[in-house]
Amino acid sequence: MGNFQKKSANTKQEIPTSAMPDVVFMLLIFFMVTTVLREVELKVRVTLTNAQNIEKIEQKRYVTYVYIGPEVLQDRQLGDDKVQIDDAIVEDISAIRNIMYDKLLEQPRLIVSLRVDEDSEFGLLTDVQMELRQAGTLRINYSTKREL
Amino acid sequence: MLLKKRKREDAEINGSSLADIAFLLLIFFLVTTTINVDTGIGLVLPPPPDPSQEPPPIRQRNLLNILVNAQGQVLLDGQPASVTQVKDKVKEFIDNPANNAELAESPQKAIISIKTQRQTPYRIYIDMLDEVKSAYRELRDQLSQQRYGVLFNVLEENSEQQEFVKDAYPQKISIAEPDDT
Repeated sequence: MGNFQKKSANTKQEIPTSAMPDVVFMLLIFFMVTTVLREVELKVRVTLTNAQNIEKIEQKRYVTYVYIGPEVLQDRQLGDDKVQIDDAIVEDISAIRNIMYDKLLEQPRLIVSLRVDEDSEFGLLTDVQMELRQAGTLRINYSTKREL
Repeated sequence: MLLKKRKREDAEINGSSLADIAFLLLIFFLVTTTINVDTGIGLVLPPPPDPSQEPPPIRQRNLLNILVNAQGQVLLDGQPASVTQVKDKVKEFIDNPANNAELAESPQKAIISIKTQRQTPYRIYIDMLDEVKSAYRELRDQLSQQRYGVLFNVLEENSEQQEFVKDAYPQKISIAEPDDT
């Protein structure tokens, strides 16, 4: 009977993998550097609105966030509009003044980024802005997405 | 000569599992990473009002009042207008090419005041602010194009040219406190 065995090529068919750890490490270092580990847990719903004339904030370390939006209750229901700074909802609007003043002492070039839900009413925002003015944190930023 | 032949074990650490470890870490960081660059409309708030000091007098012609209600209807200096008209009106007001006595004396003196109701949704307020910013951007682009042949955002940051254009069209936007209604 004929011999039907395939003749395999003599060359090695292995891909050299010795450089793989280097590649992986490079990727690893990239992601380690870009990662911000602790995003704040949002207690309010924030759907950002769109705008055309937006700027990027390059100096991320100066930024502190203030979230304004309807409070997310249990069973995914939405409550009244609330203000959240860091991890906690600030019930007393006039307390914002002290919180922001403390932050300003730590970082004199503070930029307050206001992340406001698009359906929130302007009234609460203006109260917060009034507090920011009292605290002396005058550089603000209305967080918006780029309009497509 | 005596040649000692010693058979030695290779003193290498086995590196084959290094890739696995690195992959594990990589996947962890891949999953946790959020690459988000914060974008938005920048604004500088005025310092808190001093009750002992009277606000500086502003000539009526240098002030453009934009009133927006909760339904998104606009009043421009008392005249009803649509949102899409705002940009052109604002541009005309700031630049005042025809030297109209009703409009701003010069771009440096022009002040845009945006006033909304407390019930106005944030979205409408941002739309309005965006329109005003658009008007300024187009004016700056125009001047920059004329003088330097490039758009404003191409100019180098903090350069003399950029400062010149900024000084020619300073953004004076005032956010008025809403009435309690």
